[in-house]
Amino acid sequence: MGLWKLYLMFLKIGSLMIGGGYSMLPLLIRELVERNKIITEDELTDYMAVAQCTPGVIAINTATFVGYKVRRVVGAIVASLGVITVPIVLIILIAAVLKGLSQYPIVGHIFAGVRLAVCALITASVYKLFRKSVTNVTSFALFLLAFVFVTVGGVSPVFIVLGAAIVGLAWGGLKKC
Amino acid sequence: MLTFLSKLAILFFEFFKTGLFAVGGGLATVPFLRDMGAAYGWLSEAELANIIAIAESTPGPIGVNAATYVGYLVCGIPGAVVATIGLVTPSVIIIVLIAKAIKKYYNSYLVQSLFKALRPAAIGLITAAGFSLLMTSLGVKANFLRFTFSADWYSLLKLGIYGLFTFFAFWKKTAKIHPLFYILAGGAIGAVLSL
Repeated sequence: MGLWKLYLMFLKIGSLMIGGGYSMLPLLIRELVERNKIITEDELTDYMAVAQCTPGVIAINTATFVGYKVRRVVGAIVASLGVITVPIVLIILIAAVLKGLSQYPIVGHIFAGVRLAVCALITASVYKLFRKSVTNVTSFALFLLAFVFVTVGGVSPVFIVLGAAIVGLAWGGLKKC
Repeated sequence: MLTFLSKLAILFFEFFKTGLFAVGGGLATVPFLRDMGAAYGWLSEAELANIIAIAESTPGPIGVNAATYVGYLVCGIPGAVVATIGLVTPSVIIIVLIAKAIKKYYNSYLVQSLFKALRPAAIGLITAAGFSLLMTSLGVKANFLRFTFSADWYSLLKLGIYGLFTFFAFWKKTAKIHPLFYILAGGAIGAVLSL
């Protein structure tokens, strides 16, 4: 894949994601896994897991991962630039010209509708990943524990990723012994 | 001129620091923004609240949007660009290093068993994030599993729209439609129905 195509792909993803890192998930699955077949669903899940527990913006971390896979360091930089291009322009416009944009009720209505669509897309995406990776009792237990710890316990995702990594290492190590 | 350049340098340094230490996504940058506001007098609490609201409701990663906005407030367009580049630079460096290491050891037994446990947990995290976004979008206040759902007309309407979109996202005939169309349709429905 060429650098320009990589840039345009992440430009598209960066300008369509609304509401934080996970709203890019449906777009990533469509563009990277299904349409261009750059990475597999498993790889995407791995990237997002690492992106979650490393410092920085999740979307940038994920873009860097994918960009690196396609074109090494240059690809990593190009993909990240793609993600930030449209947001930079948009926010500058909002800050400069349309300072009161969020005061118009219609803007709020539009985004309320967009958010519902994004939630539906995320539901379908999560189901796709779930069916692929949650295949037995152990993996279901890990899935449930992570969900409950975050939703009910308010535990930081960092600890959950680190905890799961330790469980995986210990399990693998014990099996080999 | 010197003060302008030094302001740019401070912006870059401050947002580099934020990108280096804020773990867990866009909203993790908020405490850093608050510190900056207090240390340099760049923004008030009210401005901070505005920035978060705008960053969350416009396209793009929340942390990137917030950095662009603060940078613009402090130094105009150069500030917006410098702050954003500062924020993403540590990510790119750290992830490139990790990607290199993973590439080398991805097929090793231990890394594979690590990811085998990590994948379901990561999906649990994504589900939790999607769940909380859904609760916010439906206007449900969740507090330690005690959900207060105001069953007024609008909330039910929103639930119905979410249900409809979810059905289309799963239905074989419509599942292949690009997410962009769902997003546009959502915006149109939101505008027409004044959600």
